[in-house]
This record gives sequence, C-alpha cells and structure tokens, in this order.
Amino acid sequence: MNVMVPVKRVVDYNVRVRIKAAAVDLANIKMSMNPFDEIAVEEAVRLKEKGKADEVVVVSVGPRDCIETLRTALAMGADRGILVACDGAIEPLAVAKLLKAVCDTEKPGLVLAGKQAIDDDCGQTGPMLAALNGWAQATRARSLEIDGTSARIERETDRGTESLTLRLPAVVTTDLRLNEPRYISLPNKMKARQKPIAETTAAELGVDITPRLTVLDVAEPAPRAAGIKVKSVGELFDRLHAAGAL
Amino acid sequence: MTSLVVAEHDNRILADATARTITAARALGQPVEVLVAGHGCQAVADAAAGLDGVDTVLLCDDPLYAHPLAEPFAALILSLAERWDAVLAPATSHGKAVLPRVAALLDVPQISEITKVLAPDTFERPVYAGSVMATVKAPAGKLAITVRPTAFAAAGAAPAPAPILSLPAGPDPGLSAFAGETLSQAAGPELTSSKVVVAGGRGLGTADNFQLLAHIAGRLNAAVGASRAAVDAGFAANDCQIGQTGKVVAPELYIALGISGALQHLCGIKDAKTIVAINKDDEAPIFQVADLGLVADLFQVLPEIDAELARRGYN
Ligand SMILES: Cc1cc2nc3c(=O)[nH]c(=O)nc-3n(C[C@H](O)[C@H](O)[C@H](O)COP(=O)(O)OP(=O)(O)OC[C@H]3O[C@@H](n4cnc5c(N)ncnc54)[C@H](O)[C@@H]3O)c2cc1C
Repeated sequence: MNVMVPVKRVVDYNVRVRIKAAAVDLANIKMSMNPFDEIAVEEAVRLKEKGKADEVVVVSVGPRDCIETLRTALAMGADRGILVACDGAIEPLAVAKLLKAVCDTEKPGLVLAGKQAIDDDCGQTGPMLAALNGWAQATRARSLEIDGTSARIERETDRGTESLTLRLPAVVTTDLRLNEPRYISLPNKMKARQKPIAETTAAELGVDITPRLTVLDVAEPAPRAAGIKVKSVGELFDRLHAAGAL
Repeated sequence: MTSLVVAEHDNRILADATARTITAARALGQPVEVLVAGHGCQAVADAAAGLDGVDTVLLCDDPLYAHPLAEPFAALILSLAERWDAVLAPATSHGKAVLPRVAALLDVPQISEITKVLAPDTFERPVYAGSVMATVKAPAGKLAITVRPTAFAAAGAAPAPAPILSLPAGPDPGLSAFAGETLSQAAGPELTSSKVVVAGGRGLGTADNFQLLAHIAGRLNAAVGASRAAVDAGFAANDCQIGQTGKVVAPELYIALGISGALQHLCGIKDAKTIVAINKDDEAPIFQVADLGLVADLFQVLPEIDAELARRGYN
C-alpha cells in the first residue's frame, strides 16, 4: 500500500502576520511546512518503518518554493515528491480536486493529511478529497492502525475520543496528539536531495483552479486593551465582585 | 428555498451550538429548516422545534445516524439538496467533518467558521489564528457554511413550536463504522457555553495541581479549559483544549492559570468579557490581554484561591 501525504507551505506558526496595503504582508516572512502536515508525514513514515506501507509520496500544491517543503518531507523519510505548480490564491476545493487527480494515477491506499492549515484555518481539504474520491474519512486522528483492508482510528472530538473503523482507501487527517515529528538529521537532509520530485500543473491535471470566493477585505482585529495588575488573591476577588464578574 | 441548519446533539440533548447557528441562518433571510438526524432523538427534534426562528424541523430517526459518522450525514444532506439554498453547521468536530464533503460533492466552496453575516452572500471569518479577519463574498449558487457558535447569540424560545416533518433515512455509503467512544469525565458546565471558564497551562506543573484547578472551577461552577501544552502533558483531556486548533470560548469570566498566552491560545479566548491571568512571569504575553493580572507562583497561589473561595462561601 502506498501512502500519499499532501503538504502545504504556510507562514511559520511563530510569526504574527500584519496587514500592509490592504493585504496580508508575506514579504520576507519565515515559511514552514504546515505543522499538522508534518505530523501526517511522520505518521506515514512510521507506517513504512513498521512495514505497513510500501511507499510514501508527498504532494504540494503551490509556487515553486513548495519544493523546499517537499524536500523537508523527503528528509523526514518520504520516498518521492510531486509538485503541482500554480501561483496565486488557491482554495481548498481546488486543492482537493488536484489531489483527486493525483490519486487517480497514484492510487494510494491511504491519504494522510493535516486537519487544518494554520494560515487559512479552513479545515476542508481532507474531507473534500475523501468525498470526491467516494472514500471514508476520519478527521482529527490521535491514533491510527492499519489492518489489511481497513484502518482503526481514534479521533479527538468535542466530547472526548471516538473510535472508527474505515474501509481503505480512506483519508485520515491528523491532530496534535498523533505523534511528535522527528528531527531531521544532516545525513537524511543530504539523502533527500537525491530523491525524485516530479512536477505537474493544474492544466495537465485538467482542473480549473479559479478561485470562487472573493476576498473583499482583510483587517487586523481591534486589540484588547490591557488591564491592571493586582497585588493579592484577596484583591483579585474583591475586584471581580465589584465589577460583577462573579 | 431555505437555509438548512444541521443540528448538533447526542440523541438526547440539543447542543447550544445549534441555537447559535440558527441565529446565523436567520441572517440569510430565508426560512430556516433544522435537520435532526440521529437515533431515538425525538426529544432533540422537540427541542429544535421550540426554538425561535425555526420554520420546520426535519427529523430523520434511524440507526444509520446513531453515531455522527461523516459519510452518511453528508449523504443525507446531499439527498435533501433540492430543499435548500444554504446549509449551515456549527463548527464542531462533527460539523467540520461533514460539511466539506457536502460542499465538494455540490462543487461549491465552503466558508469555514464565520463570525459575522454581513450580507446573505458576504461573511467575516478569522484567518491566521485570528490575527486577521477576512471578509469573503460567495458566488451565486448554494452556500455551505460552518458557524463559530460563540460569535452568535442563541435563538430563544418560540411562541409556538414549529412543525416536525419525519424523513426516511438517506443512502448508506457503508464506508466507516463506529467502534466506541470515551466521553470526557469533565464535570460541570459545557466548556463552550459556560459563563465562567478556569483554564490551566503548562505552568501548573503537575496533574495534581490541575486537579486542584478543577476543584476551584467546581467552586465557581465553571468549566475547565486547558492550553495545548497542558493537554499534551496529560494534565487535561483533549476536549479541554482552547485555541486555534481546539475550542473557542467567550465566557463572562476567563481565568488563565500558568498559561503564557501564545497566539494560538489567545485567539480562542479573545471574546471573553473579563480575562484574569495568573502567571509568575510578569512579561508573559497573556498579561497584554488580561483585564486583571496577578504575578505569582501558582504552587503558592492555588491553595490560597481555594481557601479564599471557601471563605467567600463558594462551595
Ligand atoms: C499547529 C499548532 C496548533 C496549536 N494550537 C493550540 C491551541 O489550539 N491552543 C493552545 O493553547 N495552544 C496551541 N498551540 C501551542 C501554542 O503555540 C503554545 O505552545 C501553547 O499555547 C503554550 O501553552 P502554555 O501557555 O500552557 O505553556 P507555556 O507557553 O510553556 O507557558 C507556561 C506559562 O506558565 C508560567 N509558569 C510556569 N510555572 C509557573 C508557576 N509555578 N506559577 C505561575 N506561572 C508559572 C510561565 O511563566 C509561562 O508563562 C499550537 C501550536 C501549534 C504549532
């Protein structure tokens, strides 16, 4: 079974973006692999190490800079990369369609994706891909076991955790507790340079990626005003009472 | 045509998130139908029918919906697509899993986690962990929307209950099966709708301290929340996590203990009315958003808070 992992290049989670000239200012900003995708790559590589997967293929949709993101995934242990090169804004539905087209030729037994990207916070691509493929899905996985033609997933829900059995192929999206991604060693970084990255385009895949939504405005929310410091627990509760907050 | 609201429930109780999603749906200006799919969930349908602004409740009571599996729920919503112009689900673990499937198969973009309806086709939503608010306009055609419940008031009681229409089950995709669940043991009010939230972070240091925090929360009839670091450390259950990738809360009072105030956490609490922070580092970013701050060591202060509340009669 092959495992496919879509990886997105996003603004690093430590960076707070600002608005400049009515747009999100991305100039000279540190970019990284979406942290949930890193967890997905880690899980896929572990499946391979356990003999549950034969090959790990990573796919990135976006500008040529995404090759760097693919190389990171290859250094973590993925076998080969595919870049779907395109410029400009691309919506989750278009990404899901592109990934569907890649699935049609790659025929993975499992797609492991992040539960959300930390830039647009949409959380749509995984379930959309599952639907377009007519496959089962489990979002927010905290554990994953592959057993022949099915997968057993434990997922984090608003009420606790839930176990699901999925028929494969399926799409599973990762949550924070699934694993802790490994550090990349220098030798593995070197090895990753030799691994193949194929390139294709939306046109080659026959997918129209024109955005459907119009972004009318982006703005920074008004900051919360800072308050005051109190000296003791007693004063804290006195003030909360006086303000009617308790 | 109508706006269809996907009800969130556990077959017994209609979640507060549904009443809030109904308010968002009303703002689209179309009649509102609420879909209650479940098993043995008549009480949920009755509760939905009693909410103001609901025109019809669609009840689909079948073993297929006993558990919130994404595939059959999406298939059911799709089978009803001729009825609706817009489908709205609360941005819960279930709503977030189901709605993208519906949107993809209808070939429409989804608008995730809206915080405002500015016009029937124009919405506000946070991006970049709430560092930016985006205003997005949807194209003509059907709308698929998830709603951030805390951003909308809950619909109140209706003067007269709406009619309940029973529907046959939709198709069974047969792709996945429920294999059990572990419900979180958290006592007290539900986190996202509680008036008071007491949340702990890595600074609590031990699971025992987190127990003491839960005890203090009990005194205040508060829900227990946590930062990611506290969940990762095993102090708190995953469903306590507040923030960009956890739950969003907007209580009257939020008390943060040993939480530094990372961007990913703050975006989950920014709409709290009053924020209290206790942290031993007077430069912790949480103090920049706190209304009341106390610089102190929790190992010392937690028992003090407990005693102070006891003294003030909070049992
Ligand atoms: C993809 C991604 C998603 C994330 N999603 C979320 C999310 O949804 N929610 C979330 O919360 N985080 C999230 N995070 C993590 C976030 O970036 C922070 O790491 C996390 O919020 C820190 O938790 P903390 O404040 O408990 O821990 P720390 O940042 O370690 O802060 C601990 C605080 O406790 C104080 N302290 C220590 N000891 C004491 C003491 N004895 N007395 C008093 N104070 C003390 C310290 O001064 C410090 O300020 C996410 C990160 C990533 C990468």
